[in-house]
Amino acid sequence: MSQSAADTMTTKNRQLGGLMLLVAVGMVGLAFAAVPLYKLFCRVTGYGGTTKQVELASNTVIDRDVKVRFVANTHRDMPWEFKPIQVAQTLKIGAQNIAYYEAYNPTSHPVVGRATYNVTPHKAGEYFSKIDCFCFTEQILEPGERVVMPVVYFVDPDMDQDRNLDEVTEMTLSYTFFILDEEETAEVLSGR
Amino acid sequence: MAHANPTGWKRWVFSTNHKDIGVMYLWFAFIAGMIGFGMSGLMRMELAEPGVQFLPEFLGMTEQQARHMFNVLTTGHGLIMVFFMVMPALIGGFGNYFVPLMIGAPDMAFPRMNNVSFWMMPPAFILLLLSTVVEGAPGMNGFGGGWTAYPPLSGTIGHPGPSMDLAIFSLHVAGASSIMGAINYITTIFNMRAPGMTIHKMPLFAWSILITAFLLVLALPVLAGAITMLLTDRNFGTTFFDPAGGGDPILFQHLFWFFGHPEVYIMILPAFGIVSHIISTFSKKPIFGYLGMAYAMAAIGFVGFIVWAHHMYTVGLDVDTKAYFVAATMVIAVPTGVKIFSWIATMWGGSLTFPVPMMYAIAFILLFTTGGVTGVVLSNAGADIALHDTYYVVAHFHYVLSLGAVFGIFAGLYYWVGKMSGKQYPDLLSKLQFWVTFVGVNLIFFPQHFLGLNGMPRRYVDYPDAFTYWNEISTLGYKVTAVGVLLFIIVMFYTLFITKKRVGDNQWGEGANTLEWTLSSPPPFHQFNELPKIK
Repeated sequence: MSQSAADTMTTKNRQLGGLMLLVAVGMVGLAFAAVPLYKLFCRVTGYGGTTKQVELASNTVIDRDVKVRFVANTHRDMPWEFKPIQVAQTLKIGAQNIAYYEAYNPTSHPVVGRATYNVTPHKAGEYFSKIDCFCFTEQILEPGERVVMPVVYFVDPDMDQDRNLDEVTEMTLSYTFFILDEEETAEVLSGR
Repeated sequence: MAHANPTGWKRWVFSTNHKDIGVMYLWFAFIAGMIGFGMSGLMRMELAEPGVQFLPEFLGMTEQQARHMFNVLTTGHGLIMVFFMVMPALIGGFGNYFVPLMIGAPDMAFPRMNNVSFWMMPPAFILLLLSTVVEGAPGMNGFGGGWTAYPPLSGTIGHPGPSMDLAIFSLHVAGASSIMGAINYITTIFNMRAPGMTIHKMPLFAWSILITAFLLVLALPVLAGAITMLLTDRNFGTTFFDPAGGGDPILFQHLFWFFGHPEVYIMILPAFGIVSHIISTFSKKPIFGYLGMAYAMAAIGFVGFIVWAHHMYTVGLDVDTKAYFVAATMVIAVPTGVKIFSWIATMWGGSLTFPVPMMYAIAFILLFTTGGVTGVVLSNAGADIALHDTYYVVAHFHYVLSLGAVFGIFAGLYYWVGKMSGKQYPDLLSKLQFWVTFVGVNLIFFPQHFLGLNGMPRRYVDYPDAFTYWNEISTLGYKVTAVGVLLFIIVMFYTLFITKKRVGDNQWGEGANTLEWTLSSPPPFHQFNELPKIK
């Protein structure tokens, strides 16, 4: 091969090799982009039992009963006592209802918690709509404070149209309270 | 283009020669493969009968430690065989050695990057081995969460010790090495083919490496991203996969399998390429449906990226999502079937001979098809709910990988060892080696179908008495296979260091018509300074 041909080859190789390197770096970027995209996807589609947050109640009520069970959990580092006040409620699809949870901080210092939640069966998540809920913000409990936390919710009447949910007569709303770490706690407490 | 011919240790450590680097990859894969094979031996000995007795005695540890050690061995065996045996052998070894020869190129596009790619592998391997001797699970050494490393078991809850971090670093390094290798192959194959060798005249092995390289470039960075998130979750307080901070452990599974499924095709496609050449050579016919074969591999590679959640049927996907993944997964059987039937059609009416590489290639077709059939069974979400994480799955993927990819490696070695070394392997001993290995591996893995269908879960050190019978047979199969491996070592040692029998430039005769057979055996240190013209 002549010298100039070899140089052209080197240039071409570097261009293609560089392009492939960019593709590889781009795929790493995509992997990280998957994190917010996945959250968005879950919120929009109710994937994995992610419930819906809505502004307005439903205005149609269907004559089909659903029994909603309530479950409360705490992370092992979370000192709160947290439990649902009612075990279950039976309501018509589309009807708005209110349920209560109770949380108690038995420690001698303020504790900030954040709740995650989901609905089982997972496929019912997208039809479980919450109008008002303590899960949307951080909750602060003063030492010895006991609070009752309301959840205003309804089951979306669209559920009746989804044949995958025909056999669903019960669903379970589960909350888990996690304790914020010291840094985040200090931030929340200073900002109130 | 005149280069010096370095000698001594410099020839290897500073090597920029694709053939030398390929040979080093093969030796590396051999050493790693022996360690991985040894690990599976410890597991099989432990599983020979119910109860936990072999490992505590053999390794001198408590039963609790032995239970964890079993899981460490499972993890190590998987990671070693995937990243440090099959990939280095098929892609780094045969790829480096034969892609430039087959496309008529003097060397790889980036010879120095090639050197870096190889020399990153030993440190990566050492990191992985180190991870087995530092604390992983509380009070115990090594990471025992499986090669998939799902959180939270791979997080600080399951494995607070530094073992997992070392394993992550190991994968980072091995992954970077593979990505560099892949970039090298893509550039070499696109830019450096000899005049007249169009992409549609390129040998199928070069095609298979090209497609594999694209899969590597697109899939491995996703693994790198996922395990980096795991690393920061473990050490820097992020919560990508931790629900306490709003993360989701299922996301890791999605990312892992977005890499993991293409990864299984990364391991098998080069074997497809090798088998195509061998079947064609010993049928003395061109491969049947050449273009169909090439584009079937491309189709497998493409569809491989959109089927990942069939590894996750049990995580709570909704029924429509499962239906999609079932259908998409089954579609892969179509291009795979095109390949199987084209191999058979190549043999049909051919002038067949059956030397050892051909025996391995035909066994490959048989065993890979068996594994493919159980794969179609497992692709059904309904059946998979029952079979998920049972020995049925273990049997399935060992039929396609352990008996598929590994038989592809054996086939390639017997096919090309004469070309690489200039020496003739001992025929009768090699045939014995084939038959012992063939019987051995089938004795190991076929009974595991029965165990799985009866519900024996994978990744456990112990099992109920009811599973004893087939486990005994499986362990017996391991012992037979160990004889096969010993014979393999003898055959290769004899070939490389003892025999005086040389082979000619083209030891296989008229069926072997790719460019490597136009060169001497072994090929000259630098070849194709005058590029060959392809008619």
